[in-house]
Amino acid sequence: MAERAALEELVKLQGERVRGLKQQKASAELIEEEVGKLLKLKAQLGPDESKQKFVLKTPKGTRDYSPRQMAVREKVFDVIIRCFKRHGAEVIDTPVFELKETLMGKYGEDSKLIYDLKDQGGELLSLRYDLTVPFARYLAMNKLTNIKRYHIAKVYRRDNPAMTRGRYREFYQCDFDIAGNFDPMIPDAECLKIMCEILSSLQIGDFLVKVNDRRILDGMFAICGVSDSKFRTICSSVDKLDKVSWEEVKNEMAVLLQTPAQAGEEPLGVGSVAAGGRYDGLVGMFDPKGRKVPCVGLSIGVERIFSIVEQRLEALEEKVRTTETQVLVASAQKKLLEERLKLVSELWDAGIKAELLYKKNPKLLNQLQYCEEAGIPLVAIIGEQELKDGVIKLRSVTSREEQEDLKTAQNRDFNFYYGYFIDYYWQKWPDTTPFTYKALGA
Amino acid sequence: MPLLGLLPWRAWAALLSQLLRPPCASCTGAVRCQSQVAEAVLTSQLKAHQEKPNFIIKIPKGTRDLSPQHMVVREKILDLVISCFKRHGAKGMDTPAFELKEILTEKYGEDSGLMYDLKDQGGELLSLRYDLTVPFARYLAMNKVKKMKRYHVGKVWRRESPTIVQGRYREFCQCDFDIAGQFDPMIPDAECLKIMCEILSGLQLGDFLIKVNDRRIVDGMFAACGVPESKFRAICSSIDKLDKMAWKDVRHEMVAKKGLAPEVADRIGDYVQCHGGVSLVEQMFQDPRLSQNKQALEGLGDLKLLFEYLTLFGIAEKISFDLSLARGLDYYTGVIYEAVLLQTPTQAGEEPLNVGSVAAGGRYDGLVGMFDPKGHKVPCVGLSIGVERIFYIVEQRMKTKGEKVRTTETQVFVATPQKNFLQERLKLITELWDAGIKAEMLYKNNPKLLTQLHYCESTGIPLVVIIGEQELKEGVIKIRSVASREEVAIKRENLVAEIQNRLSES
Repeated sequence: MAERAALEELVKLQGERVRGLKQQKASAELIEEEVGKLLKLKAQLGPDESKQKFVLKTPKGTRDYSPRQMAVREKVFDVIIRCFKRHGAEVIDTPVFELKETLMGKYGEDSKLIYDLKDQGGELLSLRYDLTVPFARYLAMNKLTNIKRYHIAKVYRRDNPAMTRGRYREFYQCDFDIAGNFDPMIPDAECLKIMCEILSSLQIGDFLVKVNDRRILDGMFAICGVSDSKFRTICSSVDKLDKVSWEEVKNEMAVLLQTPAQAGEEPLGVGSVAAGGRYDGLVGMFDPKGRKVPCVGLSIGVERIFSIVEQRLEALEEKVRTTETQVLVASAQKKLLEERLKLVSELWDAGIKAELLYKKNPKLLNQLQYCEEAGIPLVAIIGEQELKDGVIKLRSVTSREEQEDLKTAQNRDFNFYYGYFIDYYWQKWPDTTPFTYKALGA
Repeated sequence: MPLLGLLPWRAWAALLSQLLRPPCASCTGAVRCQSQVAEAVLTSQLKAHQEKPNFIIKIPKGTRDLSPQHMVVREKILDLVISCFKRHGAKGMDTPAFELKEILTEKYGEDSGLMYDLKDQGGELLSLRYDLTVPFARYLAMNKVKKMKRYHVGKVWRRESPTIVQGRYREFCQCDFDIAGQFDPMIPDAECLKIMCEILSGLQLGDFLIKVNDRRIVDGMFAACGVPESKFRAICSSIDKLDKMAWKDVRHEMVAKKGLAPEVADRIGDYVQCHGGVSLVEQMFQDPRLSQNKQALEGLGDLKLLFEYLTLFGIAEKISFDLSLARGLDYYTGVIYEAVLLQTPTQAGEEPLNVGSVAAGGRYDGLVGMFDPKGHKVPCVGLSIGVERIFYIVEQRMKTKGEKVRTTETQVFVATPQKNFLQERLKLITELWDAGIKAEMLYKNNPKLLTQLHYCESTGIPLVVIIGEQELKEGVIKIRSVASREEVAIKRENLVAEIQNRLSES
């Protein structure tokens, strides 16, 4: 240790010497010689273990999903997927990267936002930019002429995340598409029906779906007498928004409305949460003969919905459970680990969601506190007396106020009758797995 | 302007036209321009391809699309795995597909040749994650988490040479469960093994066995046998091949290729051919060589405690203390385990599906400390389910048995025998959807009844509701069971209830 301190002192002195020489503008050879000595000393010192070697962070524009965010995400996906399934959609998945050539030329100016993989001697690859081009590639590759599919997955765009708060480089897309030649507007109408069902079920507020048709816009522009030359200028100036080279016919947009504070106010649009349209020319880009497969579909802006739902939960001060545990197996006295392990195993084998603390002799109060923090509704308590009597105490986890009373009553016998608690359990959680009871040692 | 970052591309295009709509003159540009740009792009694309001799659409080597048939099987398996994790109180989490390259290479120095790097496009140097464990360690260190029980299901990427035949891909799914934190010894470790057993039993893949060993026993055994410390890893990887190679071949490799003294190899041979239950642990406690080695004794002590807990969990007979288990990754610090499927007699006629282990894991107490700026340790133990291999096995079995799965969950089909009944079908199907019933209809104005019934049969839809002129007059709907072809007329207002009844009965 003393050696290291002495070495560090030497390094410091030598460093000062080098700096001094540089300031004095000493000869290059002299400086080099002294720098050499400095480096040698530093090498003797070895790697500086106290210095952080790298920064602990996720890449720019990406984020982890904490358990709380996962719980929200799961609920939202559940609603969405249930709706897609209700309408008879199949589900597919595609690789996270495609051959670079597959994505080339499909996104116009936005191609510069595509993440490329390094050339490591094999094929040139890029991370998928959306779920639509992979879908078109899938249709063409498998020579499919009609399919109704949904696809929920992350896509990647090297956007500048500093621009707008909440713009990520890795984010979820939730696509539903109907590909095929059908009688007009029936699939299109179903897409809108799906959008409405999803937005209603999510209960994030009032919404409106705006619909238009590109042919109407084109016709309108023509009538207004807009010259061709003007189109491109306007196009390039707002080019960031123009991603789509094959969005041909219709545009739809779902906009969330804020409920007005006072009657008579205009509802404010807070932003788009879903969009879609018909695009008949995409698959033809992949088919060697240019055969077209008409497609109509929608995309749910789930990241947006996640943050809306999270905000609502915060506003309501609702606690989100991050586990689904139904029962905590606890012990009232010491040396009951064996019994806890046996009981929790029985519960797991019966399909009941249960936990126990990883301590040989945990305090009962700590175990109850654990339940309260995690939102676990029931605790099964094993005690010496109960073991002798062949029973388990089943208790519903109470609020902190009531627990204060229990602290003083800790040494008293718990006189809760087992039968009462089974009834209570059934009433409160009728849709959970049945709780099987077996007396220990019976 | 509303937040744009989170919008899918369609929304951006739509928003564009929305914003430009008034005044009229300026709003035409973008959308009209789109079509011109689209044309230009399309032609250039086609031209490029016309120059190519062979226009074959491909996906990257070692990856695959998952068709609806694949997805149904996959979802069932993942459902089972995740519900087991949840049953044990694990929280879900997710991390990005790529990490800073320096974070991944921290642990995978030598293996980084198998990592997918992202191109240096002027920003941070990134690589696709290689597993879910290093991201977990990074998450714990980053958020200063001391205790966590988590599961993570996600894809990982490795540039290994794919063996599609054995179901080995470059992009594959992992299902990880880990318990991080300082706890009383072996309880979380035992729970990991309990979870592995529950999952493998639940998947009904036949009989299985979980091999258990301890890193300290492996190291202690090597030291006690006289393996030079510099050769530990090399010998370890040879021993690891014992599940595929015979002992004499492994011995040959160690002596001839790795320069191990033959008598040392023989001593190792005495141990690595041993496997058994808790009695073997007792036996090893008494072993003259091993009992002299402090490390080995620590490992044996932990295994003894582990077996006690596994007995209380009722799974001891599925666990085998196997001295040949020496798993590849060197971040394990304590107990290590690996689950393998056993060939059952009924599968004798089948081709042996040599997919190796289907689940594995162990204790790794030093990993988080490598990422923590102050080197604070967070002990971890966990497991990983080889879901792709399981997936492959299930698919193969289904192929052999000629099983077909439904790729949709549609319960009711809305049909009509007459023309000009589209409106009625649309009204009817809306009633069903609004009641939460899974329903479909053909996207045709005037489909033939036979076509509609064929559709039901081929997609496995169990019920059809039929509306026609007669039914409309009488105020009823016909419900038909696709399987039995029995038909019954139900009053329109009772339809939903009747359907829900039938569905709950089946």
